[in-house]
Amino acid sequence: MSALLEVDGLTKRFGGLVAVKDIGFSIKGGEILGLIGPNGSGKSTVMKCIMGIEKPNAGTVKLEGINVAGWPTHRIARQGVGIVFQHSRPLQRQTILEHIKLALLPDNLLMLFTDHNVSRRAEEIAARVGLAKVMHRLPRTLPFADLRRLELAKAIARNPKVVLIDEPFAGLTKAEVADFSNLIGSFRAEGHAVLLVDHNVKSVAALVDRALAMYLGEYVADGTAEEVMRNETVRAVYLGGKIETAARPEREGKGRPPLLDVRNVGVLYGKAQALDDVSIHVGEGEFVSVVGLNGAGKTTLFNAISGLVPSSGAVTWKGEAIGGMTPAKIARMGIVQCPETRELFGDMSVRENLDLGGQHLPVAETQRQLQWLFELFPILHSRQGQVARTLSGGEQQMLAIARALMMKPKLLILDEPTLGLAPVILEQLSKALEKLRQTTDITVLLGEQNVTFALPHADRVYVLEHAHIVWEGDPARFAEEAGTGYL
Amino acid sequence: MIRSRTFQLVVPALLVLALLPFGVGGYILGLLIPAFYMAVFAMSWDLLFGFAGEVNFGPSFLIGIGAYTAALLNHYYATPIPLCLAAGAFAAVIAGVVLAVPALRLTGPYFGLVTLVAVLMLQNILVLFAGITGGEIGLDLPDVLAISDTTNYYYALVFMTISGAILFGLSRSPVGLILQASGQNAVEAAALGFNVAKHKLAAFCISAFFSGLAGAMLIFYMGTVSVGTVVDIAVGVNVIIAAVLGGRRTIIGAAFGAIFLIGAGELLRPLGQLSTFVVSAVALVVILFFPGGFMGRLLQTGGRE
Repeated sequence: MSALLEVDGLTKRFGGLVAVKDIGFSIKGGEILGLIGPNGSGKSTVMKCIMGIEKPNAGTVKLEGINVAGWPTHRIARQGVGIVFQHSRPLQRQTILEHIKLALLPDNLLMLFTDHNVSRRAEEIAARVGLAKVMHRLPRTLPFADLRRLELAKAIARNPKVVLIDEPFAGLTKAEVADFSNLIGSFRAEGHAVLLVDHNVKSVAALVDRALAMYLGEYVADGTAEEVMRNETVRAVYLGGKIETAARPEREGKGRPPLLDVRNVGVLYGKAQALDDVSIHVGEGEFVSVVGLNGAGKTTLFNAISGLVPSSGAVTWKGEAIGGMTPAKIARMGIVQCPETRELFGDMSVRENLDLGGQHLPVAETQRQLQWLFELFPILHSRQGQVARTLSGGEQQMLAIARALMMKPKLLILDEPTLGLAPVILEQLSKALEKLRQTTDITVLLGEQNVTFALPHADRVYVLEHAHIVWEGDPARFAEEAGTGYL
Repeated sequence: MIRSRTFQLVVPALLVLALLPFGVGGYILGLLIPAFYMAVFAMSWDLLFGFAGEVNFGPSFLIGIGAYTAALLNHYYATPIPLCLAAGAFAAVIAGVVLAVPALRLTGPYFGLVTLVAVLMLQNILVLFAGITGGEIGLDLPDVLAISDTTNYYYALVFMTISGAILFGLSRSPVGLILQASGQNAVEAAALGFNVAKHKLAAFCISAFFSGLAGAMLIFYMGTVSVGTVVDIAVGVNVIIAAVLGGRRTIIGAAFGAIFLIGAGELLRPLGQLSTFVVSAVALVVILFFPGGFMGRLLQTGGRE
C-alpha cells in the first residue's frame, strides 16, 4: 500500500530562525507515526505546515500524490487532513452535540436547516467517543477529559484520511490515557494515517508503529520506538551526555528558615490540574533546580510564586504570606522571574532594556551593576546599541537574565533558559550561571527540562512530573534514582 | 420552538407593539418609529460582532451609503421609493464588499480601524460635495413613505419584525454555527474545512444589506437626509451601544437595546443635557458589570447546565 501522506524536504523559517529544516517522512494508511522532540524542536511547526496553518518555505506535502504545501487550511482540510488540537477552545453557547454537527457540515452558505442525517450521525459519534450522556450539555460544564473527547469526536466527524494529533495525552489521568489510546488505535484500524506529536517517546511508545525524533528543527533519528529510545543522539538530547555535578561548600544560610516556602500549592487551568499539592522550599543563597518535561507544571509553579496565576495553598516569603498579592508587589519584594518567553522590549536596544531593569536604582549603583553584568556576559557589552529583537536566541536569553539581575533580585527565578538554544550557546550560558553562583550569594530557582544544564549548578533538585513533585534530592543522586524513566 | 424562551418573550412583545396604535397617541409612535429602524441597525451589527466576531466601528458607513443613495435618486431623478430602497440596499452591499474584502484580511483591531476611517471618509465626501449632497444641512426628499403616523409605524414594525426574523433565523441555522466558529477561532474553523473569509464576507454583506435598507427607509420616514442623522460617528456609536447593551450574540437583544436607548433618552429629556450622560452611565454600568447585556442571560439557548 502506498503512503497516504508524504512529507519531503519540509523547511520553515521565522525571520532568521530556522524552525524546521529539511524534514521528510511518509505515513501509510493504517499506520501511526510518532513525531517526537523536546520543546522548541519544531515538531508542532511541522504539523502546522501540513495543516496549512503555517506556510512552509520549501518542501512538499503530498496527500495521495497531490502536493498541498502552501494551500489555505480549509482546502487542505477538505482534501482529507484533520487535526486534533492540544488546547480545545469550544464555543461557549453550543452544546456538545452542536459542536459535532458543526464538524459534519459542508462549507456551504445556503445551508439554513439541519439535515436529519447530520443529527443522527453526530449522535453516533458522540456515543463512540463516550460523550453520549453529556451531549446536550454546554462545554464549560464538562471536565477536561470530555473536552478532549470532543476534539477527537470532531476529527472523527470529518473522517479525514490523515489525522494529526497534538499531544494526545497531556493533562489526562492513566485511565483516560488508556481510553484515548483505544480511540486513536481505532483510527489505525479504520485505515487512517495518524501523526502523533509528543514530547517524549515513552508516552506514545505503546501506540506508535514508528517514531521520528527531531531536535532544533532537524531530523535526529527514526525507527521503532525502541530503536529511537536507544539512539545515542536522542539520549543526549533528553538526558545530556554524562551528567556532571559540581557541589559547592555548604552555605552558612542553611538551617535558617527558608527564604521561600511553597506549601501544598495547587493550580487549576479551567478543568485541567496544572499543579497538584506541590511543596518546595528555597533557602537563602541556595541554587535549586526544578526539572521536568514540558507540560509538567514548572512554569505554572513559577507563575504561582510570582502571583501571575491564582493558586490554592500557601506561599511564604521570609516568613510573610505572599499569596494573593499583586505580581508587581511580589516583584518589589525581591522575587524576579525571568520568563521562558523572555519578554524583552524587542524594539529597544540592549542598553535600554538593561536601563529599564535598573530604573529604581541610583545612578552610581546602576553603573556598578552594569559593569558587573558586562563582565558576566561580555557579549552584551559589545552589543549595547543593538536592537534586542535582532539578537540571536542565546544573546536574547543572556539579556533577559541580565535585565532581571539589574533589578538586584533576592530570588531569581529562571524559567527554561535553554529553550531552543544550540549546544554551544548552552555552554556559554552554563559558564555564566556557574560564575554567578560561585561569585555571588544570589538565590536562584531554575526550571529546566534539559537535565544536563540544570544539574551542574544545583545544590538541590526537585523533579516535577504531571503536576506533582515526585523526587527531591542531591544532584549527585539524581542519575541513579530519577534519571531512568526520564526519557 | 413554541417552548423556547426567545419565542415566549418576543411574540407577546410584538403583539403589544402591534396593538399600540389603538392605545397611544402620535407622540409615542413618533418615538418608536426611528427606534425600530435603529433596532435593525443594531441587529445587523450584532450579526457581525456577535457571530462573525468582527467589530465594525462604522455601522453608519453602511447606513449612510444606503440612505444617501436612496436620497440622491429620489431628490434628483424623482425615482419611486421602492426603487430607491432597492438601490440603497444594493449600494450598501457593494460598498460593504469593497470595504470588507481588503479589511477582512487584517486581524485584530485593524478591521475596526478600517471601518472607522471609512465613516470619516464618507462624511468628508458628503460635506465636500455639498453642492450635490446638501452638505451638513442635508437634502429634502420629495417623497415620504406615508403621512399618517400609524401607517409609518406599521411599516417600521413590519420591517423590523421581518429583518429580525431573518437575522435571527440565520444566526440559529447551520450557517450561523459556522459563522460563530469562524469568529471565535478562525484557525480551528479552517481546520474543519470552512472557508472563514467567505463566511465572514457573507455576514458582512447581509449586515450591509439590512443596514442600507433600514437607512433608506428611515430617511423616507423623516422626509430628509443629513449627515447628522445617518452618517455621523455618534450614530454608529449609538448602534454599537444598543447592541452591546441589549446582549451580544442574541440578535433580539440588540433590538431591545435600541428601543431602550431611544426610549430612555426621551424619558430623561427633562434632565436636559444630563439625559445623555445618564443613559451613557447606564450603558457603561451594564457593559462593565453585565457584559452579556440585558438579554444575555435571558435568551441563552441550548444546553442544560
